[in-house]
Amino acid sequence: MYRERDLATKVLQGIRKLDPGRRVKFMHVCGSHEVTITKYGLRSLLPDWIEVISGPGCPVCVTAATEIGEAVELARRGTFITTFGDMFRVPGPKGSLAEAKTDGADVRIVYGAADAVEVARRNPGREVVHVAIGFETTAPTTAAEVLREPPKNFSLLTCHRLIPPAMGFLLASGETALDGFICPGHVSTIIGSRPYEPLSKRFRVPQVIAGFEPIDVLLGIWMLLKQLMEGRREVEIEYTRSVRRDGNALAQQKMAQVFRVVDKKWRGFPVIPSSALELKPEFERYDARKKHDIRAMEAADFTKGCRCGEVLRGLIYPHECPLFGRVCTPEHPVGPCAVTTEGACNIAMKHKPAKI
Amino acid sequence: MCLAIPGKVLKIDGQTATVDFGGVRREVRLDLLTSAREGSYVIVHVGYAIQTLDEKEARKILRSWKGVAWGGVLA
Ligand code: SF4
Repeated sequence: MYRERDLATKVLQGIRKLDPGRRVKFMHVCGSHEVTITKYGLRSLLPDWIEVISGPGCPVCVTAATEIGEAVELARRGTFITTFGDMFRVPGPKGSLAEAKTDGADVRIVYGAADAVEVARRNPGREVVHVAIGFETTAPTTAAEVLREPPKNFSLLTCHRLIPPAMGFLLASGETALDGFICPGHVSTIIGSRPYEPLSKRFRVPQVIAGFEPIDVLLGIWMLLKQLMEGRREVEIEYTRSVRRDGNALAQQKMAQVFRVVDKKWRGFPVIPSSALELKPEFERYDARKKHDIRAMEAADFTKGCRCGEVLRGLIYPHECPLFGRVCTPEHPVGPCAVTTEGACNIAMKHKPAKI
Repeated sequence: MCLAIPGKVLKIDGQTATVDFGGVRREVRLDLLTSAREGSYVIVHVGYAIQTLDEKEARKILRSWKGVAWGGVLA
Protein backbone atom coordinates (compact mmCIF):
# COMPACT_ATOMS: atom_id res chain seq x y z
CA MET A 1 0.00 0.00 0.00
CA TYR A 2 2.81 2.43 0.87
CA ARG A 3 4.82 1.54 -2.18
CA GLU A 4 2.19 2.57 -4.66
CA ARG A 5 3.97 3.87 -7.70
CA ASP A 6 1.22 6.24 -8.82
CA LEU A 7 1.08 7.86 -5.46
CA ALA A 8 4.86 8.30 -5.43
CA THR A 9 4.64 10.00 -8.81
CA LYS A 10 1.97 12.36 -7.46
CA VAL A 11 4.02 13.15 -4.37
CA LEU A 12 7.08 13.82 -6.52
CA GLN A 13 5.01 16.20 -8.63
CA GLY A 14 3.88 17.91 -5.44
CA ILE A 15 7.51 18.18 -4.31
CA ARG A 16 8.55 19.80 -7.61
CA LYS A 17 5.85 22.42 -7.18
CA LEU A 18 7.34 23.50 -3.87
CA ASP A 19 10.67 24.62 -5.43
CA PRO A 20 11.87 27.48 -3.23
CA GLY A 21 14.28 28.68 -5.91
CA ARG A 22 17.37 27.64 -3.97
CA ARG A 23 19.05 24.45 -2.85
CA VAL A 24 17.68 22.79 0.28
CA LYS A 25 19.43 20.25 2.44
CA PHE A 26 17.60 17.82 4.69
CA MET A 27 19.14 15.32 7.06
CA HIS A 28 17.79 12.04 8.32
CA VAL A 29 19.21 10.33 11.40
CA CYS A 30 18.21 6.72 10.93
CA GLY A 31 19.93 3.79 9.26
CA SER A 32 16.58 2.41 8.10
CA HIS A 33 15.79 5.68 6.32
CA GLU A 34 19.13 5.48 4.53
CA VAL A 35 18.29 1.93 3.41
CA THR A 36 14.93 3.07 1.98
CA ILE A 37 16.44 6.12 0.29
CA THR A 38 19.32 4.23 -1.29
CA LYS A 39 17.53 0.99 -2.11
CA TYR A 40 14.70 2.74 -3.95
CA GLY A 41 17.01 5.31 -5.51
CA LEU A 42 14.99 8.18 -4.04
CA ARG A 43 17.89 10.65 -4.41
CA SER A 44 17.81 10.24 -8.16
CA LEU A 45 14.02 10.65 -8.26
CA LEU A 46 14.09 13.92 -6.32
CA PRO A 47 14.71 17.20 -8.13
CA ASP A 48 18.36 18.21 -7.98
CA TRP A 49 17.73 21.20 -5.71
CA ILE A 50 16.94 18.76 -2.86
CA GLU A 51 19.73 17.09 -0.98
CA VAL A 52 19.07 14.38 1.61
CA ILE A 53 22.11 13.50 3.65
CA SER A 54 22.57 10.83 6.27
CA GLY A 55 23.48 11.83 9.85
CA PRO A 56 24.45 9.93 13.02
CA GLY A 57 21.63 7.39 12.66
CA CYS A 58 23.58 4.17 13.04
CA PRO A 59 23.92 3.14 16.70
CA VAL A 60 26.75 0.72 15.99
CA CYS A 61 28.71 3.36 14.05
CA VAL A 62 28.46 6.01 16.79
CA THR A 63 29.48 3.65 19.59
CA ALA A 64 32.90 4.97 20.59
CA ALA A 65 36.00 2.91 19.82
CA THR A 66 36.68 2.91 23.58
CA GLU A 67 33.45 1.02 24.22
CA ILE A 68 34.26 -1.62 21.60
CA GLY A 69 37.64 -1.90 23.33
CA GLU A 70 35.90 -2.56 26.67
CA ALA A 71 33.75 -5.32 25.15
CA VAL A 72 36.73 -6.97 23.44
CA GLU A 73 38.80 -6.80 26.63
CA LEU A 74 36.02 -8.49 28.60
CA ALA A 75 35.67 -11.18 25.95
CA ARG A 76 39.41 -11.86 25.96
CA ARG A 77 39.40 -12.06 29.77
CA GLY A 78 36.95 -14.95 29.62
CA THR A 79 33.62 -13.18 30.01
CA PHE A 80 30.75 -14.49 27.89
CA ILE A 81 29.72 -11.60 25.62
CA THR A 82 26.32 -11.25 23.98
CA THR A 83 25.67 -8.61 21.37
CA PHE A 84 23.55 -7.61 18.40
CA GLY A 85 24.86 -8.96 15.11
CA ASP A 86 25.84 -5.60 13.69
CA MET A 87 28.31 -5.04 16.51
CA PHE A 88 30.21 -8.25 15.88
CA ARG A 89 32.68 -7.09 13.27
CA VAL A 90 33.11 -3.43 14.23
CA PRO A 91 36.79 -2.63 14.77
CA GLY A 92 38.01 -1.27 18.10
CA PRO A 93 41.45 -0.57 19.56
CA LYS A 94 42.06 -4.25 20.25
CA GLY A 95 40.30 -5.62 17.21
CA SER A 96 36.69 -6.68 16.92
CA LEU A 97 34.54 -9.11 18.90
CA ALA A 98 34.64 -11.37 15.83
CA GLU A 99 38.43 -11.55 16.09
CA ALA A 100 38.22 -12.26 19.81
CA LYS A 101 35.85 -15.12 19.01
CA THR A 102 38.24 -16.55 16.44
CA ASP A 103 40.87 -16.53 19.18
CA GLY A 104 38.58 -18.62 21.39
CA ALA A 105 36.49 -16.07 23.30
CA ASP A 106 32.79 -16.70 23.87
CA VAL A 107 30.83 -14.16 21.87
CA ARG A 108 27.25 -14.84 20.97
CA ILE A 109 24.99 -12.85 18.67
CA VAL A 110 21.52 -12.38 20.15
CA TYR A 111 18.28 -11.02 18.76
CA GLY A 112 17.41 -9.01 21.88
CA ALA A 113 18.26 -8.38 25.54
CA ALA A 114 15.82 -11.11 26.61
CA ASP A 115 17.92 -13.69 24.74
CA ALA A 116 21.05 -12.36 26.43
CA VAL A 117 19.47 -12.91 29.85
CA GLU A 118 18.54 -16.41 28.73
CA VAL A 119 22.21 -17.09 27.90
CA ALA A 120 23.08 -16.05 31.48
CA ARG A 121 20.40 -18.38 32.90
CA ARG A 122 21.70 -21.31 30.89
CA ASN A 123 25.32 -20.65 31.91
CA PRO A 124 25.10 -20.08 35.66
CA GLY A 125 28.83 -20.67 36.12
CA ARG A 126 29.80 -17.94 33.66
CA GLU A 127 29.76 -14.14 33.81
CA VAL A 128 27.64 -12.91 30.91
CA VAL A 129 27.91 -9.32 29.69
CA HIS A 130 25.45 -7.94 27.16
CA VAL A 131 26.71 -5.08 25.01
CA ALA A 132 23.62 -2.88 25.13
CA ILE A 133 23.70 -0.58 22.14
CA GLY A 134 20.90 1.29 20.44
CA PHE A 135 18.91 4.49 20.57
CA GLU A 136 15.64 5.19 22.37
CA THR A 137 13.93 2.40 20.43
CA THR A 138 16.12 -0.26 22.05
CA ALA A 139 16.89 1.24 25.48
CA PRO A 140 13.40 0.48 26.92
CA THR A 141 13.81 -3.20 26.05
CA THR A 142 17.06 -3.27 28.05
CA ALA A 143 15.29 -1.46 30.89
CA ALA A 144 12.46 -3.99 30.85
CA GLU A 145 14.96 -6.84 31.23
CA VAL A 146 16.68 -5.11 34.16
CA LEU A 147 13.31 -4.67 35.85
CA ARG A 148 12.63 -8.39 35.46
CA GLU A 149 15.64 -9.01 37.70
CA PRO A 150 18.08 -11.01 35.62
CA PRO A 151 20.37 -13.53 37.35
CA LYS A 152 23.45 -12.38 39.27
CA ASN A 153 25.88 -13.51 36.57
CA PHE A 154 24.34 -11.07 34.07
CA SER A 155 25.46 -7.49 33.53
CA LEU A 156 25.33 -4.75 30.92
CA LEU A 157 27.89 -2.73 29.06
CA THR A 158 25.54 0.15 28.40
CA CYS A 159 26.17 2.06 25.18
CA HIS A 160 22.63 3.42 24.69
CA ARG A 161 22.44 6.87 23.13
CA LEU A 162 19.80 9.54 22.64
CA ILE A 163 19.07 11.04 19.24
CA PRO A 164 17.65 14.56 19.85
CA PRO A 165 20.79 15.76 21.73
CA ALA A 166 22.93 14.71 18.76
CA MET A 167 20.63 16.61 16.38
CA GLY A 168 20.92 19.65 18.66
CA PHE A 169 24.68 19.28 18.68
CA LEU A 170 24.82 19.26 14.87
CA LEU A 171 22.59 22.33 14.59
CA ALA A 172 24.56 24.21 17.25
CA SER A 173 27.91 23.31 15.67
CA GLY A 174 26.91 25.05 12.45
CA GLU A 175 29.25 22.74 10.49
CA THR A 176 26.58 22.28 7.90
CA ALA A 177 23.47 24.31 7.15
CA LEU A 178 20.36 22.15 7.37
CA ASP A 179 16.89 23.13 6.18
CA GLY A 180 15.09 20.33 7.94
CA PHE A 181 15.23 16.98 9.66
CA ILE A 182 13.52 13.74 8.71
CA CYS A 183 13.16 12.35 12.24
CA PRO A 184 13.36 8.61 12.94
CA GLY A 185 10.09 6.69 13.04
CA HIS A 186 10.86 4.07 15.65
CA VAL A 187 12.86 6.21 18.06
CA SER A 188 9.85 8.54 17.92
CA THR A 189 7.43 5.67 18.46
CA ILE A 190 8.96 5.55 21.95
CA ILE A 191 9.71 9.22 22.70
CA GLY A 192 6.91 10.86 20.70
CA SER A 193 7.32 14.18 18.92
CA ARG A 194 7.68 16.44 21.97
CA PRO A 195 11.43 16.00 22.59
CA TYR A 196 12.12 17.49 19.12
CA GLU A 197 10.00 20.59 19.69
CA PRO A 198 12.70 22.64 21.46
CA LEU A 199 14.98 22.12 18.44
CA SER A 200 12.40 23.58 16.04
CA LYS A 201 11.96 26.58 18.34
CA ARG A 202 15.61 27.24 19.06
CA PHE A 203 17.06 26.62 15.60
CA ARG A 204 14.00 27.49 13.49
CA VAL A 205 14.21 24.13 11.77
CA PRO A 206 11.29 22.13 10.33
CA GLN A 207 11.08 18.47 11.35
CA VAL A 208 8.92 15.61 10.14
CA ILE A 209 8.84 12.17 11.72
CA ALA A 210 8.60 9.74 8.82
CA GLY A 211 8.00 6.04 8.30
CA PHE A 212 10.16 3.68 6.29
CA GLU A 213 8.35 2.94 3.05
CA PRO A 214 9.54 5.00 0.07
CA ILE A 215 6.23 6.86 0.03
CA ASP A 216 6.66 7.73 3.74
CA VAL A 217 10.04 9.32 3.06
CA LEU A 218 8.71 11.22 0.02
CA LEU A 219 5.70 12.45 1.99
CA GLY A 220 8.07 13.50 4.78
CA ILE A 221 10.11 15.55 2.33
CA TRP A 222 6.96 17.11 0.88
CA MET A 223 5.81 18.05 4.40
CA LEU A 224 9.20 19.64 5.16
CA LEU A 225 9.06 21.69 1.95
CA LYS A 226 5.54 22.78 2.76
CA GLN A 227 6.69 24.02 6.16
CA LEU A 228 9.52 25.95 4.52
CA MET A 229 7.14 27.48 1.99
CA GLU A 230 4.58 28.46 4.61
CA GLY A 231 7.21 29.77 7.01
CA ARG A 232 6.35 27.19 9.67
CA ARG A 233 9.05 25.57 11.82
CA GLU A 234 7.41 22.70 13.65
CA VAL A 235 7.52 19.01 14.39
CA GLU A 236 5.01 17.12 12.28
CA ILE A 237 4.27 13.42 12.14
CA GLU A 238 3.96 11.59 8.85
CA TYR A 239 4.32 8.13 10.45
CA THR A 240 1.01 8.45 12.28
CA ARG A 241 0.34 4.72 12.18
CA SER A 242 3.01 4.29 14.85
CA VAL A 243 3.94 7.68 16.34
CA ARG A 244 1.82 9.67 18.79
CA ARG A 245 2.86 13.07 20.17
CA ASP A 246 3.42 11.60 23.64
CA GLY A 247 5.05 8.42 22.39
CA ASN A 248 4.91 5.25 24.43
CA ALA A 249 4.58 6.43 28.04
CA LEU A 250 5.14 3.01 29.60
CA ALA A 251 8.39 2.53 27.70
CA GLN A 252 9.57 6.01 28.67
CA GLN A 253 8.72 5.33 32.28
CA LYS A 254 10.70 2.09 32.39
CA MET A 255 13.63 3.77 30.70
CA ALA A 256 13.58 6.59 33.28
CA GLN A 257 13.26 4.12 36.14
CA VAL A 258 16.41 2.22 35.16
CA PHE A 259 18.66 4.77 33.47
CA ARG A 260 20.05 8.23 34.12
CA VAL A 261 21.09 10.62 31.36
CA VAL A 262 24.82 11.30 31.04
CA ASP A 263 27.20 13.18 28.75
CA LYS A 264 29.00 10.90 26.32
CA LYS A 265 31.44 10.86 23.48
CA TRP A 266 30.09 9.55 20.17
CA ARG A 267 32.31 8.06 17.52
CA GLY A 268 33.12 10.88 15.09
CA PHE A 269 31.89 13.47 17.61
CA PRO A 270 33.23 15.02 20.79
CA VAL A 271 31.37 14.56 24.08
CA ILE A 272 27.70 15.42 23.49
CA PRO A 273 25.96 16.73 26.62
CA SER A 274 23.07 14.62 27.98
CA SER A 275 23.26 12.21 25.06
CA ALA A 276 23.52 8.75 26.61
CA LEU A 277 22.11 6.45 29.26
CA GLU A 278 23.78 4.75 32.17
CA LEU A 279 22.31 2.51 34.87
CA LYS A 280 21.08 4.31 37.96
CA PRO A 281 22.99 3.60 41.22
CA GLU A 282 20.24 1.25 42.44
CA PHE A 283 20.95 -1.04 39.46
CA GLU A 284 24.73 -0.85 39.74
CA ARG A 285 24.92 -4.59 40.29
CA TYR A 286 24.10 -4.98 36.61
CA ASP A 287 26.74 -2.47 35.49
CA ALA A 288 29.54 -4.42 33.81
CA ARG A 289 31.93 -1.46 34.10
CA LYS A 290 31.58 -1.43 37.90
CA LYS A 291 31.37 -5.19 38.31
CA HIS A 292 34.33 -6.11 36.15
CA ASP A 293 36.61 -3.15 36.70
CA ILE A 294 37.44 -2.46 33.07
CA ARG A 295 40.12 0.04 32.23
CA ALA A 296 38.90 2.76 29.91
CA MET A 297 41.23 2.81 26.95
CA GLU A 298 42.08 5.87 24.94
CA ALA A 299 41.42 4.94 21.37
CA ALA A 300 41.36 6.73 18.07
CA ASP A 301 37.91 6.67 16.49
CA PHE A 302 39.08 5.84 12.99
CA THR A 303 41.88 4.34 10.99
CA LYS A 304 43.89 6.87 9.04
CA GLY A 305 42.13 7.89 5.86
CA CYS A 306 38.66 6.77 6.94
CA ARG A 307 36.22 9.69 6.73
CA CYS A 308 33.42 8.00 8.67
CA GLY A 309 33.35 10.88 11.16
CA GLU A 310 32.38 13.30 8.42
CA VAL A 311 29.86 10.80 7.06
CA LEU A 312 28.26 10.54 10.52
CA ARG A 313 28.12 14.33 10.92
CA GLY A 314 26.48 14.70 7.52
CA LEU A 315 29.37 16.61 5.96
CA ILE A 316 30.12 14.23 3.10
CA TYR A 317 28.52 11.35 1.22
CA PRO A 318 30.22 7.94 1.48
CA HIS A 319 31.49 8.01 -2.11
CA GLU A 320 33.46 11.16 -1.30
CA CYS A 321 35.80 9.08 0.87
CA PRO A 322 38.85 8.12 -1.23
CA LEU A 323 38.85 4.62 0.24
CA PHE A 324 35.19 3.97 -0.65
CA GLY A 325 34.73 0.77 -2.64
CA ARG A 326 38.45 0.50 -3.32
CA VAL A 327 40.34 -0.13 -0.10
CA CYS A 328 37.17 -0.20 1.99
CA THR A 329 34.44 -2.70 1.05
CA PRO A 330 31.71 -4.48 3.03
CA GLU A 331 33.93 -7.61 2.94
CA HIS A 332 37.01 -5.69 4.11
CA PRO A 333 35.60 -2.69 5.97
CA VAL A 334 37.99 0.00 7.15
CA GLY A 335 35.55 2.02 9.26
CA PRO A 336 32.38 1.21 11.22
CA CYS A 337 30.16 2.87 8.58
CA ALA A 338 31.18 0.14 6.14
CA VAL A 339 30.73 -2.74 8.58
CA THR A 340 27.15 -2.61 9.67
CA THR A 341 24.03 -2.95 7.55
CA GLU A 342 22.93 0.45 8.88
CA GLY A 343 26.14 2.29 8.13
CA ALA A 344 25.85 4.76 5.25
CA CYS A 345 29.01 3.46 3.53
CA ASN A 346 27.86 -0.16 3.72
CA ILE A 347 24.43 0.73 2.35
CA ALA A 348 25.91 2.80 -0.48
CA MET A 349 28.30 0.02 -1.49
CA LYS A 350 25.64 -2.66 -1.42
CA HIS A 351 22.97 -0.81 -3.33
CA LYS A 352 25.10 1.31 -5.64
CA PRO A 353 22.70 4.21 -6.16
CA ALA A 354 22.41 5.44 -9.72
CA LYS A 355 22.99 9.05 -8.81
CA ILE A 356 23.53 11.04 -5.64
CA MET B 1 19.16 -1.39 14.53
CA CYS B 2 15.91 0.45 15.13
CA LEU B 3 14.23 -1.88 12.70
CA ALA B 4 10.74 -2.75 13.87
CA ILE B 5 8.16 -4.77 12.02
CA PRO B 6 4.40 -5.08 12.28
CA GLY B 7 2.74 -8.36 13.13
CA LYS B 8 -0.69 -9.63 14.14
CA VAL B 9 -1.31 -10.67 17.73
CA LEU B 10 -2.71 -14.20 17.75
CA LYS B 11 -2.70 -14.96 21.45
CA ILE B 12 -1.84 -13.19 24.68
CA ASP B 13 -0.55 -15.06 27.68
CA GLY B 14 0.36 -12.74 30.55
CA GLN B 15 3.32 -10.64 29.46
CA THR B 16 3.95 -12.52 26.24
CA ALA B 17 2.08 -12.65 22.98
CA THR B 18 2.26 -14.97 20.01
CA VAL B 19 2.63 -12.72 17.00
CA ASP B 20 2.29 -13.67 13.34
CA PHE B 21 4.70 -11.96 10.97
CA GLY B 22 3.31 -12.95 7.60
CA GLY B 23 3.35 -16.66 8.39
CA VAL B 24 6.28 -16.72 10.81
CA ARG B 25 5.22 -16.94 14.44
CA ARG B 26 7.25 -15.56 17.32
CA GLU B 27 6.85 -14.99 21.02
CA VAL B 28 6.90 -11.26 21.78
CA ARG B 29 7.17 -9.52 25.15
CA LEU B 30 4.46 -7.10 26.19
CA ASP B 31 6.31 -5.35 29.05
CA LEU B 32 6.32 -2.07 27.12
CA LEU B 33 2.78 -2.09 25.80
CA THR B 34 -0.57 -2.46 27.53
CA SER B 35 -2.79 -1.80 24.52
CA ALA B 36 -2.10 -5.03 22.59
CA ARG B 37 -5.21 -7.14 22.01
CA GLU B 38 -5.71 -10.42 20.27
CA GLY B 39 -6.33 -9.62 16.61
CA SER B 40 -4.62 -6.23 16.75
CA TYR B 41 -1.42 -5.33 14.92
CA VAL B 42 1.67 -4.43 16.92
CA ILE B 43 5.07 -3.05 15.96
CA VAL B 44 7.85 -5.25 17.28
CA HIS B 45 11.48 -4.33 17.97
CA VAL B 46 14.08 -6.86 19.21
CA GLY B 47 11.39 -9.12 20.62
CA TYR B 48 9.31 -6.42 22.31
CA ALA B 49 6.01 -4.93 21.14
CA ILE B 50 6.54 -1.17 21.21
CA GLN B 51 3.26 0.17 19.79
CA THR B 52 -0.08 -0.82 18.38
CA LEU B 53 -0.37 -0.09 14.69
CA ASP B 54 -3.03 2.42 13.80
CA GLU B 55 -4.27 1.50 10.33
CA LYS B 56 -6.99 4.15 10.43
CA GLU B 57 -4.33 6.81 10.86
CA ALA B 58 -2.33 5.28 8.05
CA ARG B 59 -5.25 5.54 5.66
CA LYS B 60 -6.06 9.06 6.82
CA ILE B 61 -2.71 10.55 5.88
CA LEU B 62 -2.78 8.95 2.45
CA ARG B 63 -6.33 10.16 1.91
CA SER B 64 -5.44 13.68 2.92
CA TRP B 65 -2.51 13.56 0.54
CA LYS B 66 -4.69 12.32 -2.29
CA GLY B 67 -7.18 15.03 -1.43
CA VAL B 68 -4.52 17.69 -1.76
CA ALA B 69 -2.99 16.24 -4.89
CA TRP B 70 -6.20 15.52 -6.70
CA GLY B 71 -8.22 18.39 -5.30
CA GLY B 72 -6.47 20.81 -7.58
CA VAL B 73 -4.38 22.58 -4.97
CA LEU B 74 -1.16 21.11 -6.25
CA ALA B 75 -2.17 18.96 -9.14
S1 SF4 C 1 34.15 4.24 2.91
FE1 SF4 C 1 35.15 3.07 4.56
S2 SF4 C 1 36.99 4.23 5.00
FE2 SF4 C 1 35.63 5.61 3.88
S3 SF4 C 1 34.43 6.70 5.42
FE3 SF4 C 1 33.25 4.89 4.87
S4 SF4 C 1 33.88 3.37 6.39
FE4 SF4 C 1 35.43 4.96 6.44
